[in-house]
Amino acid sequence: MTSLRRRLLLGSATDITAILLVIVALFAILDFEAFFTSANLINILINASLLIVMAVGATFVLITGGVDLSVGSVLVFSGVIAGKVMIAMGPQGWAASIVGIVVSMLAGAAWGVVNGLVITKMRVPPLITTLGSFGAAMGLAQIITDGNDLKDVPNELIDTLGVGRFLGLPWLVWVALVVALIGGLFLALTRYGRRTYAIGSNAEAARRAGINVDRHLISVYAIAGLLSGLAGIMSYAQFGSTTLSGHGTDNLSVIAAVVIGGTSLFGGVGTMFGTLVGTMIPAVLANGLVIVGLNSFWRDFAVGVVLVAAVYLDQLRRRSRTKR
Amino acid sequence: MTTNALLEARGVRKRFGAVEALRGASFSINAGEVVALMGDNGAGKSTLIKTICGVHSPDEGEILFHGQSIAGRTPSEIHGMGIETVYQDLALAPDLDTAANLYLGREVLAKGVLGWFGVLNRKKMAGHAQQVLTDLNVNIKDPAAPVAMLSGGQQQSVAVARAVTWANELVIMDEPTAALGVPQTRAVLDLIRRVRDSGRSVVLISHSLPDVLAVSDRIEVLRLGTRVARLTTKDTTEEQIVGAMTGAFTSEEAE
Ligand SMILES: Nc1ncnc2c1ncn2[C@@H]1O[C@H](COP(=O)(O)OP(=O)(O)OP(=O)(O)O)[C@@H](O)[C@H]1O
Ligand SMILES: [Mg+2]
Repeated sequence: MTSLRRRLLLGSATDITAILLVIVALFAILDFEAFFTSANLINILINASLLIVMAVGATFVLITGGVDLSVGSVLVFSGVIAGKVMIAMGPQGWAASIVGIVVSMLAGAAWGVVNGLVITKMRVPPLITTLGSFGAAMGLAQIITDGNDLKDVPNELIDTLGVGRFLGLPWLVWVALVVALIGGLFLALTRYGRRTYAIGSNAEAARRAGINVDRHLISVYAIAGLLSGLAGIMSYAQFGSTTLSGHGTDNLSVIAAVVIGGTSLFGGVGTMFGTLVGTMIPAVLANGLVIVGLNSFWRDFAVGVVLVAAVYLDQLRRRSRTKR
Repeated sequence: MTTNALLEARGVRKRFGAVEALRGASFSINAGEVVALMGDNGAGKSTLIKTICGVHSPDEGEILFHGQSIAGRTPSEIHGMGIETVYQDLALAPDLDTAANLYLGREVLAKGVLGWFGVLNRKKMAGHAQQVLTDLNVNIKDPAAPVAMLSGGQQQSVAVARAVTWANELVIMDEPTAALGVPQTRAVLDLIRRVRDSGRSVVLISHSLPDVLAVSDRIEVLRLGTRVARLTTKDTTEEQIVGAMTGAFTSEEAE
């Protein structure tokens, strides 16, 4: 029972959780006063919240053996569509805010469905499909805005989702943690999660077992898109701008986080807890390195090393397994 | 040819690019019968049974189950009719554990609200999986380990267990004992007899003459994508079977 619980929670993410704890401990030792305050820790979570939301979707995608490079562009595109709709509505008031949230998520989900259809029905590999929508979504966002960021956000939205707090924690962090919790429970406990693993593990076996693989894959990409759309409205509310040029490398950050968290690029393996840890490592490094007086460029270096190490460990695990 | 066959394939053709795997192949099996499907490597046995169970759709020809055409149905429609298959490549999900593979595509949900959210009933599936494997004489040390960690023979037993568990009418087994040890092979042969005794039918593809002679009622032989012999096991010698497989002998009964 304990081994089952451990497998559910950590799975392949055990090593990486230890690494995160070591990093946190190191910064706490080096500069406890500045690093280990609740204000700073919350700051780290705020900075990670958009990536967490997108990484939850990416975890499902990677477990099916796919990949989604379009997330950052879909985030911007969704924010732009929601911004346009909210501007048309005033742009103030609760109604506009709620419609904005819904529209942003729907716009993201629509891109996800397109990705899923192209991958399953036209049989274009996920890498190319989502590289295409990465470019296309960003292009459309630029066309719609003429390349100028939208900046009109309803005050109601800024004061809640953007900068507001609930029970001491920022709304952004609540949303990210709740999304991760629901996503994690769904992945670990439900039939949908089970079939996500099965497809990534052996899609042909899943098909012969009577699972509608195409429909499942389309829904997985739709979820990833929907969450990018949610991240889009979170970003718009937080920064008060559609940040057209701010998300070009989100896709790589998200994939790195998920893979560092122990999800296999070959599919079939991964946990949401691992993804959470994998997102926090770069976030903690970025914050802590600056606090101890090192250039934040060191973060990029360290994350690169951790990423390669994580994939190497995954390869080792696979090799030892297939030898039996 | 009997008209009351449980399953009957007539003149099935299937082409993969330049390769014509099936050239008008026929096959039939009655209720409660164990029929061995034999033939040389590449004769088209696996292709024929994949065409029967919906993995491929035939280019030409008829497939009748209870007299109704089932050609071109999807795998899940075929499952719904009570036909299950142990594929030669096993078709397991290597990263999932034994119970998850046994229930792949027919997961049991928890009762009540949790089930409404799609939450699995792991306990029930694990308990039942354990029972089935014990019946099959399979000893798996860690039932929660991914099946990729099991030996080839244990994996094969999991695939056999899955098919037998779900088949109400017909079990098709494509070389189910190829990787098995002696006790496990005996367990599978016993299982085949038990399946027949329960009124169900079994198609057994095997290269092992002793196994086939021990368990089958009839033997149908495929050669180069067509049926070349239909033999009743108790009236048949090994020479006749080998002769049919190599082309030295053709039974006039075969079309
Ligand atoms: N999916 C496929 N694509 C292309 N060719 C195929 C495919 N499946 C089977 N074939 C070809 O069809 C022919 C028959 O193959 P099949 O697997 O049915 O033989 P078999 O009788 O099961 O042989 P074995 O005893 O070795 O399992 C072979 O020439 C094979 O190369
Ligand atoms: Mg074969």
